[in-house]
Amino acid sequence: MKHPMMPTIAAKALNYTLLTWIALVFVFPIVFMIVSSLKPDLQLLQDASSLRAFLPVGDISFDNYRNAFQRVPIGHFIFNSVLVTAVTMVLSLAVCSMAAFAFVFLEFPGKNAMLAVVLATFIVPFESIAIPLLLVVNNLPWIGAGGVTVGWLNSYHVQIVPFIADALTIFLFVQYFRDLPRDLVEAARVDGASYFQIYRRIILPLAGPVFATAAILKFLAMYNQYLWPVMAAQSEDYRPIMVGLQYFFQLNIAWGEMMAYLTVITVPVLLFYLSLQRAFIASIASTGVKG
Amino acid sequence: MTAPSATSAPGAGRARRSGLLMVSPAMILMALFMILPFLLAFAMSFTNQRLVSPNPAQWVGFDNYKQMLGVGVLVLSPEKDAQGQAAREADGSPVYPGLREYTRDNPDYPQLNRMREWFHLDWSGDQRLYVLASDVIFMKALVNTVLFVVVVAPVQALLALLLAMLINQPLRGINFFRTIYFMPVVISMVVVAFLWRFIYAGDNGLLNALLGQLSFGAIKPVDWLGQPSTALGAIMAMSIWQGVGFHMIVWLSGLQTIPASLYEAAALEGASKWQVFRFVTWPGLRNTAILIMVVITMQAFTLYPQIDVMTRGGPLDSTQSLVFQAVQRGYGKQDIAGGSAISVFLFLFVLAISLGQRWLTREKK
Repeated sequence: MKHPMMPTIAAKALNYTLLTWIALVFVFPIVFMIVSSLKPDLQLLQDASSLRAFLPVGDISFDNYRNAFQRVPIGHFIFNSVLVTAVTMVLSLAVCSMAAFAFVFLEFPGKNAMLAVVLATFIVPFESIAIPLLLVVNNLPWIGAGGVTVGWLNSYHVQIVPFIADALTIFLFVQYFRDLPRDLVEAARVDGASYFQIYRRIILPLAGPVFATAAILKFLAMYNQYLWPVMAAQSEDYRPIMVGLQYFFQLNIAWGEMMAYLTVITVPVLLFYLSLQRAFIASIASTGVKG
Repeated sequence: MTAPSATSAPGAGRARRSGLLMVSPAMILMALFMILPFLLAFAMSFTNQRLVSPNPAQWVGFDNYKQMLGVGVLVLSPEKDAQGQAAREADGSPVYPGLREYTRDNPDYPQLNRMREWFHLDWSGDQRLYVLASDVIFMKALVNTVLFVVVVAPVQALLALLLAMLINQPLRGINFFRTIYFMPVVISMVVVAFLWRFIYAGDNGLLNALLGQLSFGAIKPVDWLGQPSTALGAIMAMSIWQGVGFHMIVWLSGLQTIPASLYEAAALEGASKWQVFRFVTWPGLRNTAILIMVVITMQAFTLYPQIDVMTRGGPLDSTQSLVFQAVQRGYGKQDIAGGSAISVFLFLFVLAISLGQRWLTREKK
């Protein structure tokens, strides 16, 4: 098929040149980060004023990584981040998809009002409720290994529970479920299935794409969290990887070590993205589906 | 939702019970962790609550808001010397009376009490107009945040559209470029901000090295984050770099909903590239455009991690933002009432803007 704007050879060459220059703009800080993490501080700062900043040349070693691992309990922080992110993702998908199922397929009192409130919370920036949320969680009881305690600060659950239900995730599921045929539910009802069975056995198997979308968006939001763990999880035991950056706020910044730390926390996400890039991009695109 | 009401159908009671049961976990969580903090912020903004305090909080009415929003104006003439001439500095500029005489318990100017200078304008005939505010830092944060939104939202949306159109071409390997352009989006803003501190560094930053070499040394190194005239602009540029890929993808999905037959028809008619864009592409992107403007505007208002990592509001408060101030006060200074008042203000501001956008972009009958 002849595309209406089929480019000529010259136009193509121009196009690729432009595309490549733009690509350089987007990758250069990342290349700089990875390359610098391999250099001693003095060379790193000298190289920064030339193209050598992007080349792994000179005194290359993994010393910065070794030192960064000594300075910061990176392994433990990664564990904390992965645990908090994974648990929140799983619970969020379960809770929000179930609520969305009820919103779309069931009639119950207060349904429209509840959905309206959920969607209205879209325009409340999290940062603007972060401090009162701190007061709320500081007064909530928790039943754990040590019996009932009051106050959630410095724990895993303070980083998980408040983020399970959110408007965006519910909205994504509602959007997707609305396009499924209602007959599916009616037919299963006639066969005597309960609503929960219908949700689990009929709707969930059809909802793979929206689960991928919601999981990816939740993953990005949770792994990259900063403000909340800074306030609510200052104890080293529960601190996630982003907050570990605070170890590098010092008078004499160890640049190389900091680059090593940044590389350690960023490269896994980048690899995850590169291996699933189609799904990532589809997930962003689907947030733009008109409501 | 316009499904026929099921209340009269058999099994409606079961649907009601199941429905309530299935939404309740999400609704309870949202009530506890979204709605309750939101209402608390509202309530606390009318008190003198502190994060940790031995004294119970008291209602103070609108005091926090008055303190936050109080603005005054004062026009001053130069001081006269013994001869009745306007007193002048050595360089000839007129000398004005100190503001403190007016703002510190002056019974003639009760409305200006405890205010500070926000900025001043030189008036005709040596008169000078002082604009005073009770909370100068808040005012600067407000202006910076609005400036950030007004610059970043349209520039980022436009760049994202250009990238999307570039990426939407039928070229071999185009997915590779799409993947690269989107990459900064998955990186945390905190990490990005750290990296860009290097790029913007005044002594041996990458940007200065690049500019210096491109201009053969004509452009002198600039401390991008260290001087008030460039700091906010530098943060804007970095924020656009990080966010533009996200909106490129949203534009792209909008572009791909435009049927190819429309482009073919335009080509048959001999339309120019601009005409194709103006009469085929742009009308097909209307809904995407609305969505993107709403989303970018709301994201831009929550300007926080960049500020926290790069400048902490400085230099000279030139990069203060509303969210940074709200956190700074509520958490840093433990003045949770003052922080809440800023949060409520931010919320009302965002609400007003999103209602305004909705009104401006309403379907015209």
